[in-house]
Amino acid sequence: MIIGNPIVEVAYLVAAVCFILSLMWMSHPSTSRRGVMAGELGMLLAIVGTLLLKEVVDYPLIAAALLLGAAIGAPLAYLMPMTAIPQRTAISHALGALAVGLIGVVEMIKLAGHGEGFSFESAALAFEMTLGFLTCTASVLAFAKLQELVTTRPMVFKGQQFVNLAVFVATIGCAVALALNPQSGALLIAFVALAALFGVMLVAPIGGADMPTVIALLNAYAGLAASAMGFALGNKLLIITGALDGASGFILAVIMCKAMNRSFANVMFGGFGQVIEGAAAGEAKPVRSASQEDAALMLENATSVVIVPGYGMAVAQAQHKVAELYQSLTSRGVDVRFAIHPVAGRMPGHMNVLLAEANIPYEKLIEMDEINGDLPTTDVALIIGANDVVNPAARDDPKSAIAGMPIIEADKAKTVMVIKRSMKPGFAGIENELYYLDKSHMLFGDAKEFVAGMVKALSGGSGMH
Amino acid sequence: MHTGFDPDLVAVFILAAFLGFQLIKRVSTLLHSPLMSLTNAIAAVAVVGAIIILGEEPSTPLTKILGFIAVTAATVNLVSGFLITDRMLKMFKKGGSK
Repeated sequence: MIIGNPIVEVAYLVAAVCFILSLMWMSHPSTSRRGVMAGELGMLLAIVGTLLLKEVVDYPLIAAALLLGAAIGAPLAYLMPMTAIPQRTAISHALGALAVGLIGVVEMIKLAGHGEGFSFESAALAFEMTLGFLTCTASVLAFAKLQELVTTRPMVFKGQQFVNLAVFVATIGCAVALALNPQSGALLIAFVALAALFGVMLVAPIGGADMPTVIALLNAYAGLAASAMGFALGNKLLIITGALDGASGFILAVIMCKAMNRSFANVMFGGFGQVIEGAAAGEAKPVRSASQEDAALMLENATSVVIVPGYGMAVAQAQHKVAELYQSLTSRGVDVRFAIHPVAGRMPGHMNVLLAEANIPYEKLIEMDEINGDLPTTDVALIIGANDVVNPAARDDPKSAIAGMPIIEADKAKTVMVIKRSMKPGFAGIENELYYLDKSHMLFGDAKEFVAGMVKALSGGSGMH
Repeated sequence: MHTGFDPDLVAVFILAAFLGFQLIKRVSTLLHSPLMSLTNAIAAVAVVGAIIILGEEPSTPLTKILGFIAVTAATVNLVSGFLITDRMLKMFKKGGSK
């Protein structure tokens, strides 16, 4: 073990306990902020402990790097709009993985300098760097897709699987060569480049709607890389936190996959979202549309309303107007609740954060499984910017591309209203029968403007403000 | 500073992973976004590895540069991760306070 200082050992142990408590308190909104404090305390202990190590002598440079990091990190946290939480998460995966990857490079150079051959350490480092660098570039591309700097459609080309396999094999080959014979020259550079390239190849064919799974999976990779670094350095604190982080990412990824009825392999290699030809090209069926005033009237006369938000609400930044609608209807005695599909949005829990930001009480945000039983007795289901997660084809049509995906059964409500820009099919290019039901009303327009119009109609209609 | 294979470390990893699974399973789906930013922040404890690299002597300019970038990147994560998690959690309010 490289750490021989008992004070440091104790500091690390207490830090690990703090991190575990932090996750424990995260289980419920009422204790979660205490969880953040426990995490911060743990981090402080870990850093102070490390500074006490006798090997650590260059304090000015460390202080400079810590201050620079804090100076970038604090504004990032305070200025980031809540709609950009998925992007911030992608950036933080990229930075975390970069740090882990670079530490691996330095340790590998040190091993090479000592002329070491194969060891457990060199193997752990090769593994850690592979995950670190591929997660870094994969997260950068995920960020670019979320920010729509590049197309959110899957990037596919002929022979892609073959090229991916070749890059993967070459990366692993270099990793094995480095593990067997640590060196700092061209091989190390080539290896880093290949791992980085593989990260890009991995995320390129994945479409925007699959981002919740990908982000969760990258979270798991970043955790695993940190754990591997812990093995290489003989540092238990890193092993424990890496394992906790990895477990978290893995569980979230599994939840996301289940919510889409797909496997990991299918998300990673399926090229989902390639438009299914023919399905959308059918004859133009008639739909019923309604005006802002009509829609407001229907909502006002309802006893119970369930709002189903989706990524479209985030794109339109409509959450605050939706909250006004919620207030307006609630004050008229209408029971308004929100139905949250696990993959609605671009990362796990995305809709919850946006609605919480708009001051919707969290007990009104209901999970899919819980709300589905209530939908048959619901007067109005109002769908805002969601599409595939309410598509009855997933339940009824075994040939559909989303067959078997659990949905929010909005079609069972007595009246269905859908705010949508146009009749273009959703991301997956799948026709949605829900729009053509007799009880469905299409509310065409921008989500934010349309909801604002309804709020205005409601306050005008009864003379209240 | 050579670390060989240590079965104790594997035990630590397996136990921590099991504990992680149990803890995360209990987290309300409401909080999955803040959970992710919290685990990001906690995983930034990799900063300790980066601090050792940046702080130790003897060194080369290359290891100093890489170490400096690593400490900065990890610090950005831990600072922004904790702050934004708290910012998100502050927004989750119970009803009745309207």
